[in-house]
Amino acid sequence: MNLRQRVVDGACRFVDLGLTADFERAVVPLLDAAAGPRAGLVFDLERVTYISSVGLRVLMIASKALRARGARIAVAAMQPVVAEILEICRFGAVVEVFTTVDAALDAMSPAAAASRPLATKAP
Amino acid sequence: MKRVRFWGTRGSLPVALTATELRARLVTAVKGARAATLATEEAVESYVDGLGFPVAGTFGGHTSCVQIETHSSHYVLCDLGSGARPFGQAAMARHGFASPQTYHIFMSHLHWDHIMGLPFFTPAYIPGNRLRIYGGHSELEAALRRQMEPPSFPVPFSYFKADIEFFHLVPGSRHEINGMTVTALRQRHGGDSYGYRFEQDGRTVVYSTDSEHTLADPADTKRFVEFFGGADLVIFDGMYSLADAISVKADWGHSSNVVGVELCQLAGVEHLCLFHHEPAYDDATIARVLDDTRRLEEITRAGHALRISAAYDGLEIEL
Repeated sequence: MNLRQRVVDGACRFVDLGLTADFERAVVPLLDAAAGPRAGLVFDLERVTYISSVGLRVLMIASKALRARGARIAVAAMQPVVAEILEICRFGAVVEVFTTVDAALDAMSPAAAASRPLATKAP
Repeated sequence: MKRVRFWGTRGSLPVALTATELRARLVTAVKGARAATLATEEAVESYVDGLGFPVAGTFGGHTSCVQIETHSSHYVLCDLGSGARPFGQAAMARHGFASPQTYHIFMSHLHWDHIMGLPFFTPAYIPGNRLRIYGGHSELEAALRRQMEPPSFPVPFSYFKADIEFFHLVPGSRHEINGMTVTALRQRHGGDSYGYRFEQDGRTVVYSTDSEHTLADPADTKRFVEFFGGADLVIFDGMYSLADAISVKADWGHSSNVVGVELCQLAGVEHLCLFHHEPAYDDATIARVLDDTRRLEEITRAGHALRISAAYDGLEIEL
């Protein structure tokens, strides 16, 4: 499989009721199978300080779409508050959780980890 | 309005503590008592209180029935789940047969778990009592009559000797009933459900059960934030986890503790009471959901603290 990895970063730094539309707009194109085969999607949440149920809904949409075609979905580098929110929302079975983006990429695709420069990461 | 009393808090169907569960609690309590000094009545009470609600108490298993105590002598109820039976028995024990009472009953919807208590609601059989039943469904009366027809139930509706009247409430309109201002809101649930906002003497209680929130629609969120706005107490359908509510149980017509916190925070509510508990949850699970919900409120708090409770059969909340 031709592995490609994308990392969605701080575009959704504060995923609340007002900003989720932006989050969804950023994520949905990544789910499109026509955009190319994808082994998985890693969300770098390092700079996300809060995520609401509406933002989590976008993760759920992504999870369903990716898993339906055998791809994986993960979140990485969560701040403690965001990690706690995901736990309270019982999202442990919805997304895989990694402490760092590198760990997620390594776990989801050793080949992709070797070609990490392909990852798109916001400054 | 003075207080709210919960007679039935379980969702979907009644449940009961099993003998196995009760025995496990007794074992836990007795083991803990080995190291305790229980020489006085006070020490025993204190020890039992310290065991925690999932051991020393139970959330109970009756389906939806909530009493709102007002300054009027009339009774106000939300829904006629199986909790209506103990409520009716308590009312009869208090008033007997010779002192007719008036009962204002607001129906969220007509699903089985919300109407199953009526055939066992003793005051309905007593001449002189008055039942005023309010709802948003055009089939309100028909649904309550139908569940008492053969082969579902042996006692027909016509056996009721109380004076029973049905009233259709138009959603969005303010209705003056029993000294309260009552507003109904149509909610997302199979066949629709209605939430009720009760206002009296500067106090506001919202009863919003069997209501699914789509999350994707800001207009829907705005509707509920306005409906809950500034309420002293919101009784909220927190049946599922957020993950379940938006995946395997999407379109089942229920909500989550997480959405309850968010809506109440946005609406400036004082007290959120989780309600319509999942019947598959044992007491320990509901207690864990309550702890999680309080923690979520704490870590997402932007303004004043939102008080959070989980309803149980017998709970009273002062307003």
